Amino acid sequence: MFLKSQKARNIGLQLAFVGLIVAVIVTAIFEAQSNFAQQGIGLTSDFIWKTTGWEMSFSILPTDRTDPYWWYLLVGLANTLFLAVIGLAGATIFGGLVGLALIAPNRPLNLIGTIYVEIFRNIPLILQIFFWYSLTTLLPSPRNAGALAGVFFTGRGIYLPGLNVAGWSIALFWVVIFATVMAFVWFMAAKRFRKLEPGQRRRIPVAIIAVGLALAAIVLFLGHPAGTPWLAIPEPQGLNIRGGYRIQPELYALAFAIAVAGGASVAEIFRGGFKAVGSGHAEAAYALGLSGWQTFSRVRFPLAMRAMLPSLSNQFVWLVKATTLGLIVGYTDLFAVVVSSITQSGQTFEFMAILMVAFILINFSLANVFNRINDAARLKGHQTRG
Amino acid sequence: MGTALENRVRREAFWRNLRQDYFASPAFSLITVISVGALLLLVWQVVNWGLFDATFSPDARQAECAAKGGACWSVIANRWRIILFGLYPFPEHWRSGLACLVVVVVVVLSCIPYFWTARRLSITWLVGYGTFYVLMKGGVLGLPLVREAQWGGLALTLFIFTTMAVIGMPLSIAFALMRNSRLYWISRPMGVIIDGVRALPNVSILFTFAVVLPFMMPDMLVGEKLYRVIAGFILFFAAYQAEIIRGGMQAVAGGQEEAAKALGLSYRHRISRIVLPQAFHSALPATINQFVMFFMETTLVSIIGFSDLMSSARTAFSSGEWTFAFIEVYVFIAVIYFVFVFSLSRYGAYLERRMAVGSR
Repeated sequence: MFLKSQKARNIGLQLAFVGLIVAVIVTAIFEAQSNFAQQGIGLTSDFIWKTTGWEMSFSILPTDRTDPYWWYLLVGLANTLFLAVIGLAGATIFGGLVGLALIAPNRPLNLIGTIYVEIFRNIPLILQIFFWYSLTTLLPSPRNAGALAGVFFTGRGIYLPGLNVAGWSIALFWVVIFATVMAFVWFMAAKRFRKLEPGQRRRIPVAIIAVGLALAAIVLFLGHPAGTPWLAIPEPQGLNIRGGYRIQPELYALAFAIAVAGGASVAEIFRGGFKAVGSGHAEAAYALGLSGWQTFSRVRFPLAMRAMLPSLSNQFVWLVKATTLGLIVGYTDLFAVVVSSITQSGQTFEFMAILMVAFILINFSLANVFNRINDAARLKGHQTRG
Repeated sequence: MGTALENRVRREAFWRNLRQDYFASPAFSLITVISVGALLLLVWQVVNWGLFDATFSPDARQAECAAKGGACWSVIANRWRIILFGLYPFPEHWRSGLACLVVVVVVVLSCIPYFWTARRLSITWLVGYGTFYVLMKGGVLGLPLVREAQWGGLALTLFIFTTMAVIGMPLSIAFALMRNSRLYWISRPMGVIIDGVRALPNVSILFTFAVVLPFMMPDMLVGEKLYRVIAGFILFFAAYQAEIIRGGMQAVAGGQEEAAKALGLSYRHRISRIVLPQAFHSALPATINQFVMFFMETTLVSIIGFSDLMSSARTAFSSGEWTFAFIEVYVFIAVIYFVFVFSLSRYGAYLERRMAVGSR
């Protein structure tokens, strides 16, 4: 019996496993091809250039029904990233505030924080999204909405005073801002800048941010049609409200739900990070005569931040994946675009592949960025002694 | 009980704690006053809305509810059966309810330390699962047959959840062992599968299983859509759980496995008697957390068109006379989810604390 031999058995096992995977893939391809042949659909790539023929209910970039599929996919990706960024920012803000309430030396604050965390962590996200979205139907219609500092809260959307600039320049503006943030993070985290003089190390980030902001301002300026006022103030006209930005209920309900639910998890991670910092550090700081605020900002917070990073990065990946739930309230993120495209064109296989590749890329790059930050921030050698 | 001195010490400690926890500084004193006020206000509002101003009679409709100004629980009184059991045949609802109860009992039993051996746990779950399935499906013991297409509400949610647990758990152990295998061509592909599944949104995996897979499978394997979706659930449950088990295996002291090897135990015994029990011990809180997460994830099937608790609740107020009462229905099912999830996650936290004290 050859199975007696360890080596033969190992090789056999590996062959069997790889063979199984290959068999599944090959079967899938053959079956797909025969099914497609019956329906007269082939595995092609020319669908990418076809026009879609359906409207997108929400987009941050201009679309209409004559656009080709590739543009719709790109817009869907932009919508996903847009929602993800808002969700991440919101969750971080909510989570930070509630996290502070959780660790404050004050029982009632702790209690409020705990109630918030427990409610929003223990109810399914879909239910929360539906709930907030349904609540928007209770907001008044645009004709009877009152303004609050130039902002209208209505069931048709939130109307904000906006800058009077063209759409492409807004998009470019965000690209510039994003690039600035990325450059800043890269500079702070990459090893090659470690060897610089301390003075330079302090100056360069400031320069990066200044250049980024200047570029962003120039972009906005170029997109501004001459001779019009800079601010567009929303004003009620008849049954509707004109001017300014309209944030659709789909978007704000969704962003709010993701931020609130994500914030609960972030707050919990925040508390965990502070719990991971031993009391010895804080006591040592007190003993050295640091004030309460100094102890918090110079000792406990930096150490807690380091302890939080791994869980935070997991949480952020989860948040990015949660944006796909936008489908249920009609927000056209990448997943929704892919689903509609599949039902419209029947190119199931290709669209699914596009979706998966996109998400794997997003999440792996996010994880990668976080790993780099983590490596850069990690305490090295003698610093770790508690 | 004690001397005057002890009493005084106790009294002073009480006042000191009160000062530290509530009035550490003038700013914190102010915050205390404000937040206690806000909390009381919130509780008062909720109780007012849910109890004092609420309408409970099943005969009331929008007008009566609006007159009282609070919650309209009439919608629950009228529609609770649809919310809990979906389209299940009306005279058979008791079976659905009993099946849900069986699952609750099984989950409660698995929280009792007496059941924490592989054999007892698997027997409990398999028996519970079998009972659940027979009750729901019928066709034997004089119970009329009810097809899966008619299952719905809480029972469907629990069916997905228990199937995921019963099949996903052994599968995740297999995944973890393969991922940790010394053999390159077993650990590597498994790693790609696990990491790939974890990077994808769960909705897209379910969608793939429900809609895309039938294109890519021999027709005899396609089966019911519900079972395909559950297979999707099992896949990502196993992928996430495998990582947790691996974490637990890494926490097992390195010497343990060496010692087992030295004693001449085979791989199977090393894993099943030495490594896995300890791995599960340290991975227990994370595992409970995982179950909690995935209980909430079951709501994803509502996107693909199944009438689980989430969907059936939405159908309960989507028709005619109850469209105004969506908040009440959402609150009702939110409470159901919350009770289940909160009690489990509290229990997980308690276990974690207990294990931190008696960690080996």
